[in-house]
Amino acid sequence: MAKWREMGLTDEEYRRIVEYLDREPNEVELGMCAVMWSEHCSYKSSKIHLKKLPTKGPAVVQGPGENAGVVDIGDGLGIAFKIESHNHPSAIEPYQGAATGVGGIIRDIFAMGARPIALLDSLRFGKLDSPRVRHLFTGVVAGIAGYGNCIGIPTVAGDVYFQESYAENPLVNAMCVGIVELSKLKKGVASGVGNPVLLVGATTGRDGIHGATFASEELSRDGEDKRPSVQVGDPFMEKLLLEACLEALEYGHIVGMQDLGAAGLTSSSSEMAARGKSGIRLYLDRVPLREEGMTPYEIMLSESQERMLLVVEKGYEDEIIKIFKKWDLNAVVVGEITAGEEIEVFFGGECVAKLPYRLLTEEAPVYDRPYQVPEIKNLQSVNPAGVDCGEALRRLLQNPNIARRDYVYEQYDHQVGVNTVVKPGYSDAAVLRIKGTKKGIAVKTDGNGRYVYFNPREGAKRAVLEAALNLAVTGARPLGLTNCLNFGNPEKPEIMGQFVEVIAGMKDACEILNIPVTGGNVSFYNETGEKAIYPTPVIGMVGLIDDLETGLIPMAFQTEGDLIYLLGEPTGELGQSEFLKEFFGDVLVPVPPVDLQEGKKIIDLLPLLKKQGLINSAHDVSDGGLAVSLCEAAFAGELGVNIDFITSLLPQEMLFSEKVGLVIVSVSPEKANEFEEIVKASGVAVTKLGRVNGNDEIEICLNGQRVIKEKLSELKALYEGGLRWALK
Amino acid sequence: MAIARVIVELKPGVLDPQGEAIKNSLHALGYEEVKKVRVGKFITLEVEGNDLKEIEERVKEMADKLLANVVIEKFSVQVEG
Repeated sequence: MAKWREMGLTDEEYRRIVEYLDREPNEVELGMCAVMWSEHCSYKSSKIHLKKLPTKGPAVVQGPGENAGVVDIGDGLGIAFKIESHNHPSAIEPYQGAATGVGGIIRDIFAMGARPIALLDSLRFGKLDSPRVRHLFTGVVAGIAGYGNCIGIPTVAGDVYFQESYAENPLVNAMCVGIVELSKLKKGVASGVGNPVLLVGATTGRDGIHGATFASEELSRDGEDKRPSVQVGDPFMEKLLLEACLEALEYGHIVGMQDLGAAGLTSSSSEMAARGKSGIRLYLDRVPLREEGMTPYEIMLSESQERMLLVVEKGYEDEIIKIFKKWDLNAVVVGEITAGEEIEVFFGGECVAKLPYRLLTEEAPVYDRPYQVPEIKNLQSVNPAGVDCGEALRRLLQNPNIARRDYVYEQYDHQVGVNTVVKPGYSDAAVLRIKGTKKGIAVKTDGNGRYVYFNPREGAKRAVLEAALNLAVTGARPLGLTNCLNFGNPEKPEIMGQFVEVIAGMKDACEILNIPVTGGNVSFYNETGEKAIYPTPVIGMVGLIDDLETGLIPMAFQTEGDLIYLLGEPTGELGQSEFLKEFFGDVLVPVPPVDLQEGKKIIDLLPLLKKQGLINSAHDVSDGGLAVSLCEAAFAGELGVNIDFITSLLPQEMLFSEKVGLVIVSVSPEKANEFEEIVKASGVAVTKLGRVNGNDEIEICLNGQRVIKEKLSELKALYEGGLRWALK
Repeated sequence: MAIARVIVELKPGVLDPQGEAIKNSLHALGYEEVKKVRVGKFITLEVEGNDLKEIEERVKEMADKLLANVVIEKFSVQVEG
């Protein structure tokens, strides 16, 4: 087999490289081209579509193309945030795969000069009745905890689903959020002829060679052969690296900084060179190695963790090196900036690679792959009228996709740094304080692949609206989002069709909700054999609460006697709900529409209602539907509810449809009139559902008929036990 | 009854943060001659049976499935009657 094919390049791609260079590349050069032209590094299948997303907005300081996006939160401060996938490594070695995923995204944040303050994780697994899935799930959660807890950054939020389509291909998407003084924002740029290039942090070993190309292939059944690709993380080393880098930035004279992630030294040097339109010369003999006898090929492609590349103003390198030595880290000048446009690599006195950075970056192929928009056909109908609502509620509360997630988040240190205002499980989004100000930020990840699979365009809208509502119910105004787009093989037109539709839906949602995209990551080839995952766009969103003291809305019901209202228009479709799956299996029935206009109104309205003191709590309707959401707000507040209202829908449709864009709020009785007036004036539909009671009782009557009467404490026990029972 | 001894080590080239930390501490105590430290584990199993060959095969299976994480570790097995 031709060498380029082994490295994942097509014949046509190889021909283009030869044509561009006007010669055959040597082995080192070929390896560098292969990783940089891989899907993972080049975004060759997604680039032309990603361009359609809106990336500008008043709060955006840094859009896509850098190590992380940045939004302005006032007071000279910015929030740097990004999400990235580590799906393939986690499928092979769940603990280290997830841990190094967390490590990688943290480096992207402090490369911007930001101090990381929070981690989030969006996880997808198969069903827990399989031992392999349980192994992957427990390993991934332990890996996230192991890395995040050791480095001392709280893991504050995320989401997790268990669905058959992820059985062979779990998804591990890690997001990091950091805070930066905007005047000290750093970019990954290499410039200034003669400036030294420093490699700092851990030593370089043989781990992870060709990790990027590995992530760009489907997992084969004998994926075990690829096992050496998995890297091992060292969070204590990363803690030192984080502190040393921030100290070096404080000292100054750093031109640019970038982490070494996928494709290691090759990608960091060529991407920095491309941003600064400079050449870089590297001397590999100077790279501190962990193993003997490493070849230039291996050094250029190693994905050893906890390393950064710095470009420093000439003359200041000794001072910078001193800072890293103080933290017990390697720091060596491995090269310099040159006037040309080439990445020149020297080893043993010889030039072993000489490639223009353009060939590795902007000249990488861009494909407009053929796509076929999935058709929605053969819609069926189900008759839910026979299902007992109390029984349905009990079953849904202990469903692993709905039950309390404390098994996961109790393994994470979510308080370290004492910025966490609202702990996991007590809110739809995590809320963190911004020390030295009255402000807080709300952060959340979302993306239910089941809805996207059914209808990619509407499913993508749903993911964005849901994330935005999760922030809004805490009182936050969404500022920007980062996305992690997980799909199957883009060379298949039906997969590419899903991707194109998801981008179209996301574009609509971002525009109407006025939330720009500041960056993200695409992970293709999440399939094994013929089975691709549900198309899963994960949305990571950041929002701002201007004043935590007056603006923070709790999820829990607060006071006995408060009135409960529903904002938004329920429509009752059961399509793709957990209720449908639980009682009717995998049937295709119509899904609820995603009303972005009404969603936008609700997002704007919630902080306003809070500021005027008109609402005491807010919680959005999501997985499980209205009945589950009422229970969640009741459990969190340890207060029961008496619900009694008129509806034209069937009780099962009313209570278990998962329409996104509905929010439950509680209101003091004396404020009810004023509340209703303001909501009606805003054009948002509003229904009075009932009231909060002080009894151990969840009672729901519709049209005068009692459909549910359960003990709160019993339902709560089901909700709290569901996930643990599924693991036994 | 037989005794099986399993030694589990990291594969060469896999980063060993624990070993590095021990090496640095040894240096701090003055043992500069230590050039490399790799930490593994040593597991003893008491196993019923007389057929040592078969026991070795079974223990290798156990090591492959549970005792070692073969993604990043290698193991060796010794059996005594």
